[in-house]
Amino acid sequence: MAIEVRIPTILRTFTDGERAVDGKGDTVAELIEQLEANHPGIKERIVEDGVVRRFINVYVNDEDIRFTGGLETAITDGDTVVILPAVAGG
Amino acid sequence: MRFDSLVDSVGNTPMVGLPTLSPSEDVRLWAKLEDQNPTGSIKDRAALSMVAQAEQDGLLTPGCTILEPTSGNTGISLAMVASQRGYQLICVMPENTSEERRQVLRMWGAEIVQSPAAGGSNEAVRIAKQMAEEHPDYVFLYQYGNQANADAHYRGTAPEVLADLPTITHFVAGLGTTGTLMGAGRFFREHKPDVRIVAAEPRYGEDVYGLRNVDEGFIPELYDETLIDSRFSVGERDAVRRTRELIESEGIFAGISTGAILHAALAQAAKAVKAGERADICFVVADGGWKYLSTGAYEGSLDDAEDRLEGQLWA
Repeated sequence: MAIEVRIPTILRTFTDGERAVDGKGDTVAELIEQLEANHPGIKERIVEDGVVRRFINVYVNDEDIRFTGGLETAITDGDTVVILPAVAGG
Repeated sequence: MRFDSLVDSVGNTPMVGLPTLSPSEDVRLWAKLEDQNPTGSIKDRAALSMVAQAEQDGLLTPGCTILEPTSGNTGISLAMVASQRGYQLICVMPENTSEERRQVLRMWGAEIVQSPAAGGSNEAVRIAKQMAEEHPDYVFLYQYGNQANADAHYRGTAPEVLADLPTITHFVAGLGTTGTLMGAGRFFREHKPDVRIVAAEPRYGEDVYGLRNVDEGFIPELYDETLIDSRFSVGERDAVRRTRELIESEGIFAGISTGAILHAALAQAAKAVKAGERADICFVVADGGWKYLSTGAYEGSLDDAEDRLEGQLWA
């Protein structure tokens, strides 16, 4: 079993249009490194200066990783990682 | 309870227990019924607070036109308050919002400017900001950056919750403008800092996130992440499922965003049970279900409801 990574529309140019790709890693940081290896260029659209970019949110099993340890958040097989741009609600 | 006028009756909403959905005697859920405000949503608090502040600052005088980007509830609240105080209201609203919201807005005399569905509230905000620049005579209250929005919850919602539930351990609310969580978060940090502040944000269909690049996102100016402790993204399916559970188990007929909030609250409850900890979890019922009946969320299978909600702004 792998980790499902859901890719937002704006980053699908890096994944040949795929909405979701399989990932691996013990932390989100490792997962993103592995994503970068398979889809060069995607990392810098998600991470900047060692943290998640301001207008991007990353969720592990629906929980925003900024509140669970950031890129060091632990992940395991079967988890779902969702990457989304920040949008207005209200 | 008697009040001088409808506007004076905003706030002081009831809190009710959830005897069926609460997992145990030690881990209990409590619903703060914000749908019982005059226009049926928590936004009455923010609208009244922003109008009162603008009046006090001398920005808003009789005959003025208020401009606001809104997906519905804030507009409806503002329309009611504006109608009572002699102001005009123009709402910039994404076209993929429910028909009921439009009808209610028109009923209270608001003018609606449609913004494109793609881009959701981001587009409504962008268009409203542009209109505000072109019409300096409009009073732009701007709920996403107006401190009076958060203050309404600092002064009202949160103290009411603490008074009714002194043993509170978690406060769970929706994250849109961030006003509720920023105001309540600040209040609890000051008055009962061990209360965990939990945010539930709606996760919409694809279209709403169809931005051109990663630098075009939007974070409300009010947002301060140090005031919350965890943040959940809840999709249509979970939101609808919980909305239905709330009706079936507790008789509470709430809007779909409340289902998302309940989903996050139940996750906290499950965590507390697993850890063997006591918890009194208060969550916000942001509005009632009436304005969402036409979305089809309340009947048929979950799959059908999920399909029907795809692409709509349901929170």
